[in-house]
Amino acid sequence: MGIRFILMVNKQGQTRLAQYFEWLTLEERRALEGEIVRKCLARNEQQCSFVEHRNYKIVYRRYASLFFLVGVDNDENELAILEFIHLLVETMDRHFGNVCELDIMFHLEKAHFMLEEMVMNGCIVETSKANILTPVQLLEKT
Amino acid sequence: MLYIYMLGYDVDFGHMEAVSLISAPKYPEKQVGYIVTSCLLNENHDFLRLAINTVRNDIIGRNETFQCLALTMVGNIGGREFAESLAPDVQKLLLSSSCRPLVRKKAALCLLRLYRKNPDVVNVDGWADRMAQLLDERDLGVLTSSMSLLVALVSNNHEAYWSCLPKCVKTLERLARNQDIPQEYTYYGIPSPWLQVKTMRALQYFPTIEDPYTRRTLFEVLQRILMGTDVVKNVNKNNASHAVLFEALALVMHLDAEKEMMSQCVALLGKFIAVREPNIRYLGLENMTRMLMVTDAQEIIKRHQAQIITSLKDPDIRRALDLLYGMCDVTNAKDIVEELLQYLSSADFTMREELSLKAAILAEKFAPDLSWYVDVIFQLIDKAGDFISDDIWFRVVQFVTNNDDLQPYAAAKVKEYLEKPAVHETMVKVSAYILGEYSHLLARRPGCSPKEIFGILHEKLPTVSTTTIPILLSAYAKILMHTQPPDQELQSQIWAIFNKYESCIDAEIQQRAVEYFALCQKGAALMDILAEMPKFPERKSSLIKRAEYSEADTAEQSAIKLRAQQQPSNALVVTDQPPANGATSPVPVGPLSLAMVPSMITTEDHTSTDQALSQQNGSLTKVDPQHPSADLLGDLLGPLAIEGPPGATVQSEHNAVSRLEGGPDAVDGSAIVPVEEQRNTVQPIGNIAERFHALCLKDSGVLYEDPYIQIGIKAEWRAHHGRLVLFLGNKNTAPLVSVQALMLPPAHLKMELSLVPDTIPPRAQVQCPLEVVNLRPSRDVAVLDFSYKFGTNMVNVKLRLPAVLNKFLQPIPVPAEEFFPQWRSLSGPPLKLQEVVRGVRPMPLPEMANLLNSFRLMTCPGLDPNPNNLVASTTFYSESTHAMLCLVRN
Repeated sequence: MGIRFILMVNKQGQTRLAQYFEWLTLEERRALEGEIVRKCLARNEQQCSFVEHRNYKIVYRRYASLFFLVGVDNDENELAILEFIHLLVETMDRHFGNVCELDIMFHLEKAHFMLEEMVMNGCIVETSKANILTPVQLLEKT
Repeated sequence: MLYIYMLGYDVDFGHMEAVSLISAPKYPEKQVGYIVTSCLLNENHDFLRLAINTVRNDIIGRNETFQCLALTMVGNIGGREFAESLAPDVQKLLLSSSCRPLVRKKAALCLLRLYRKNPDVVNVDGWADRMAQLLDERDLGVLTSSMSLLVALVSNNHEAYWSCLPKCVKTLERLARNQDIPQEYTYYGIPSPWLQVKTMRALQYFPTIEDPYTRRTLFEVLQRILMGTDVVKNVNKNNASHAVLFEALALVMHLDAEKEMMSQCVALLGKFIAVREPNIRYLGLENMTRMLMVTDAQEIIKRHQAQIITSLKDPDIRRALDLLYGMCDVTNAKDIVEELLQYLSSADFTMREELSLKAAILAEKFAPDLSWYVDVIFQLIDKAGDFISDDIWFRVVQFVTNNDDLQPYAAAKVKEYLEKPAVHETMVKVSAYILGEYSHLLARRPGCSPKEIFGILHEKLPTVSTTTIPILLSAYAKILMHTQPPDQELQSQIWAIFNKYESCIDAEIQQRAVEYFALCQKGAALMDILAEMPKFPERKSSLIKRAEYSEADTAEQSAIKLRAQQQPSNALVVTDQPPANGATSPVPVGPLSLAMVPSMITTEDHTSTDQALSQQNGSLTKVDPQHPSADLLGDLLGPLAIEGPPGATVQSEHNAVSRLEGGPDAVDGSAIVPVEEQRNTVQPIGNIAERFHALCLKDSGVLYEDPYIQIGIKAEWRAHHGRLVLFLGNKNTAPLVSVQALMLPPAHLKMELSLVPDTIPPRAQVQCPLEVVNLRPSRDVAVLDFSYKFGTNMVNVKLRLPAVLNKFLQPIPVPAEEFFPQWRSLSGPPLKLQEVVRGVRPMPLPEMANLLNSFRLMTCPGLDPNPNNLVASTTFYSESTHAMLCLVRN
């Protein structure tokens, strides 16, 4: 079913945003996040952005101090997901204006709204930035 | 609140608030309510039922934004109940032309969720046409969502959706030619790469394309993609275009297109694996591996061998390794394996195990000659001994044993290795085994006299662990045996060693030392027992099996499991155990004083006490294996004409006994078979026999467990009826398939097992009730034949079910005035049985009483005038005998 979860983690390994598209208990989530974060943070620049973990494939990308980790099925197109991360970042950029970790921390709900507009049930719904941001702006107006 | 939750705390106090926000009239409140709900709750949560009506009102309402929110939530967490009540509304929304695309795209994905929950919501007949209509959509947002829906539908049933195929191709063409794509949907100049990828994915679910026109169009598009993609400066653009390109490659492979296009693809891949960008190189390698499977492109790929070998030096070598493994054949095996060997010493630690396993398999599979294979394995052990699993050296031993010409070569070779200053323990094991078996073949060479060989081996003894010492001891015994004419000095040396280890704390070593020592003194008998090992029957390499197994898993996990599998690795190298056992009975019976002589006397029903007796033998006494109880039990069982040869039951008793002793006698069936005992690739967790014995005393617990499955049992017993429930729990995140459970009931039990589902979904538990009726008393045990498949692994286990005699007992208290008349009214066998259990370990009285109670024999304290006597009573139930009073006194 495509995307299983999306995580944003900072360099210290603290989770900044987590969205799962399948049900895991809190303990499972915590364990999974710990394992993945350790694994990904340990990798260097020369290594590729894909890691296999359990039965997921993790696609990750680093923006300054923030890591974006997306867990996908094994047969998902990795590069497409990699670019989807970038699209997400660009969208946030457009909304917040040069987005940073603090933006996401203090406007967690907005980050969630955007994500909600882009991904639904593990599938990509919308890739047009204007369309993604309309409901979020609507929220701000009212 | 989300923040708290994300940090990993439970926030159930807020669930109710969130759900009630959904019904708020204002947009922001509703929005927050919906999103929090869909993040925090799962589909089975009770609160969701409260919201279902509000959600429905929002969906059929007029307000578009509300519709969107409701659809999104249902799309994320909607369960079966939602599927049943909302599906028609959602379908209507998706197809209506009056709705804005905004709503319709959500509706498409919402429907997808509902479809997954309940496949009936989309009735296939009419839906295919409508789906095709949907694909004519101009809005790319809706198209993206619909395509996801289509992928799901098609993956289940591609035949119904033929009509969608040309539409997909058309969409793809439109995208690839960049016709009529709004600006906002292009990403770095590429028209929605995600939609392109999705469309090609959908196409891959159709087996072939028959319509020539569609096929031609598709190929044109693919060609365009293949040729039109260049490496550019901008990372994002580059990634996006390559995402499309790789998907196109996958599609080409799937369609198995013309040769020309294929070689184009390979050429492209060859280019990719040479680029600097790690992502693309990684994917290039991965796709090349995939390509190996679908076509006969091997020859073309081989041209890139050098390049692939250089990528072994990458930090991410897994892919390259897989690819090399896949492309290896007889012609290039030698190069590749040597390359792998060379790389082994510099490789990352996590990789070494896999690397060595693969090298070993390749060497075995494609070895041009066997001596080369032996060389490779020895090098492997030498370089990465820590990562060599026992299977690898077992296998090489197997080869050597089966090939006469190889034996002297191997023996000479290991001797060379042993002479090096630092030798890995695994090497010591192999060498000890091979030298023990075949060193006499070298005896004429210089420096290879038995004494010298012994000297080399013995040097290593102080450095090795307890698992290796037994192998060394065996080797000594064999060297000694092969020494013709006998060498007195060597003999005394070796005997001294045996003597020393006779008091070793490790039971295995102790047993061997004692046995070999005794055997050596026997002289003639020695020859037969220590003769060369017989040839092993040809079987499939356990390595290959393991590789299959580990491929089903990720590298890391498999490493852990492999290690777990190696635990029971002290397989024996003893040849004929029974005579050895007979010659030197390892159980010292005499010294154990008879501290307690319980007499067990049964009344009315022998078998129940028999059962109890054997249970006790199994669990609390130490009995000489040659105990005459076989006859005794046979006699006892005779009059009642009960099925089941007494020998067999006694055998099981022996097993129980030996298990208890754990040490010298623990040569059960599996260990007698020499080294390469073919193991189930999946090792059970915990001791099955122990679990069974525990369950004989309890009514619920775990019957069997391995890395994939756990079988629990819960039982209720009433008179001669029993009701068991088997809990089959899948511990993995992948489903277990081909699950089969078969009851093999003995004649005295009637058993009915309800239907066991064929698959167990991930992390789910299935309950299977099982009815048992006891027809007549017997000691046989019911067996459950259970098998399942995980990945390519078939696992089959036979489990004894704890439906034993004592389960059909029901304790009743008997007052003293009734007990003794009853007792006296029973005169002698067969109704009354008295037996002295010999060689008993002393056991405190309360413990004994507890044991009887857990067998459902009710102890009646104070009944017997002598406080050292235990008295117990119970009733036995079976269909043929109904209730029978049983009394026990000891």
